[in-house]
Amino acid sequence: MEQTQSSEPARAAGQLPDERGHFGPYGGRFVAETLMLPLEELAEAYNRYITDPEFLEELDADLADFVGRPSPLYFAERWSRNLGGARIFFKREDLNHTGAHKVNNTVGQALLAKRMGKTRIIAETGAGQHGVATATVAARLGMECVVYMGSEDIKRQAINVYRMRLLGAEVVAVESGSRTLKDALNEAMRDWVTNVDNTFYVIGTVAGPHPYPAMVRDFQAVIGRETRTQIQEHAGRLPDALVACVGGGSNAIGLFYPFLADSEVAMFGVEAGGDGLETGRHAAPLCDGKPGVLHGNRTYLMEDPDGQIIETHSVSAGLDYPGVGPEHAWLKDTGRVTYDTVTDREALAAFHEVTRVEGIMPALESSHALSYAARIATGMDRDDIIIVNLSGRGDKDVHTIAAMEGITI
Amino acid sequence: MSRIESCFHRLAEQQRKALIPYVTAGDPQPDVTVPLMHALVEAGADLIEVGVPFSDPMADGPVIQAACERALVHHTSLHDVLDMVREFRTTDTETPVVLMGYLNPVEVWGYNAFASAAAAAGVDGVLMVDMPPEEASSLTGALRELGIDAIFLLAPTTSNARMNIISESASGFVYYVSFKGVTGANRLDVSKVADKLVEVRKHTDLPIGVGFGIRDPESAAEVARIADAVVVGSALVSRIAELADRPETIPPALAETLSEMRSAIDLVSARQQK
Repeated sequence: MEQTQSSEPARAAGQLPDERGHFGPYGGRFVAETLMLPLEELAEAYNRYITDPEFLEELDADLADFVGRPSPLYFAERWSRNLGGARIFFKREDLNHTGAHKVNNTVGQALLAKRMGKTRIIAETGAGQHGVATATVAARLGMECVVYMGSEDIKRQAINVYRMRLLGAEVVAVESGSRTLKDALNEAMRDWVTNVDNTFYVIGTVAGPHPYPAMVRDFQAVIGRETRTQIQEHAGRLPDALVACVGGGSNAIGLFYPFLADSEVAMFGVEAGGDGLETGRHAAPLCDGKPGVLHGNRTYLMEDPDGQIIETHSVSAGLDYPGVGPEHAWLKDTGRVTYDTVTDREALAAFHEVTRVEGIMPALESSHALSYAARIATGMDRDDIIIVNLSGRGDKDVHTIAAMEGITI
Repeated sequence: MSRIESCFHRLAEQQRKALIPYVTAGDPQPDVTVPLMHALVEAGADLIEVGVPFSDPMADGPVIQAACERALVHHTSLHDVLDMVREFRTTDTETPVVLMGYLNPVEVWGYNAFASAAAAAGVDGVLMVDMPPEEASSLTGALRELGIDAIFLLAPTTSNARMNIISESASGFVYYVSFKGVTGANRLDVSKVADKLVEVRKHTDLPIGVGFGIRDPESAAEVARIADAVVVGSALVSRIAELADRPETIPPALAETLSEMRSAIDLVSARQQK
């Protein structure tokens, strides 16, 4: 492929969300009054710049030269043959700068922050990947950067904390609630409401109040646009199935979105099954949650019967979130995308298999998608094509994996 | 006339300002809340805001976050909060009670079922912090049908256009958030608030309560000069935190704190009448 696809979203009339950010009954803007004006200003700026040729040119140049796009589409030939079913391709987001898809979005939002005259950017992070991707663009643009991270996650992800500090970001430990990603998001919102005049809040996934779910999707949709062109070049046709893991859902929607109108392309979103859905210890709001309102939008949530948000569990910190992007909620209800789960144990098995058979070490998040792809591939024909979003690389997870297997490094 | 409306009506006739304490229900334990509500009324509360504990209180500072966590240790649910209001109503049929909290517990219950239960318990107003009027029409409809006021926030960032939207949706009173920030922060600038309230009054005839950052009798008095009601939350809740291991001392201690604010506010009213 010769060049990066234009980042302009192909948003035709009647496409979702509506002007108030609704995907059917989901999405919207559920925030305290103080944030309503900043969100309106953000939506206005986003709508203006996302069709501005100069902005898009700068974004495309950054995606090419700083992120390293386009990312390759790789045919996992040996693994496909071993499985004995469909041909499996990996969209190699793990090869992006900073090692995951997260940077596609932070590059876009940071450019927008600069255009809006903001001098300070803040972010929430769970595993630290979004925090690192935000600290990276902040360093490059010379902006002050504060990253909120639950104190539990800080303990589990010492290396990413150090990476962020090396990049010049301040990492603030969040001690409230369950001291994980959801609490980091609460704390970032509290910072934003306090410092709204000079601060831009870079949300890392397709959740949050409007316009974040649409904006983050549009910045991540470069994944699906490239994939479309690449598979046409490789195979001369569209794939039969797309598979991606879903925590908040940004890598999944990034891959799916440009294919939504292609009814022949089946789509599978894979949530974190943790110890198994039946144990209740998981992070699968779409498969085992109920609709509710959290973090500025209506979506499926992990909650108790009183409406309190409950703690989630996944071996993969990047999937360990009790909500999910509102567009996924809508795609579930409409049946366009099938959502299912993969357990910790299954993801770990896929991690080892792909590492050894393909020489590619996937992130534990992406390993959920790989496990599911293997599950469906065996029932498919040898001419069929599955594309898995290999959303990140597994280097960050080696300590977790070693610990799970009782190995001290 | 709703209980909230008649409360403000009576105060206006007396040329007095309303004092509105906020406490989180179930903090530090469920059996404290109803005696505490009565003690606050004794100490001069005109209306009580009862906080519904939520696991993710995004608009609150550390003091009220901690209060929610203490209440949730006892699993204080929205159902429990309505039980507390019902118990309060057995001996106090006059003081308006406003529930303040986040939408999800109400969302899970269902708007109509919640509105009926709240009305039956004796709730007079509902303020959902994370529900702006644009998203609120079904809930406000359900509440209004049963005579419950929908209270909305106004903020320093609220545009004139939005003030119109809010004043059309609101009844009872409007709650002006005195600064950009979370509850309990020390950022109150009364002259800025005064300037904004001039604008707000052009867009609504409802009484205006001001909250966030009112921490002592002095700041309460300053706000009473310009607002119709003074809302005090974190200053009271931080006293609860200090006394959490001696729950029986909480109602008298908070009554003392509140009555000092009451005196300071009434002094302002008395001077304004001269």
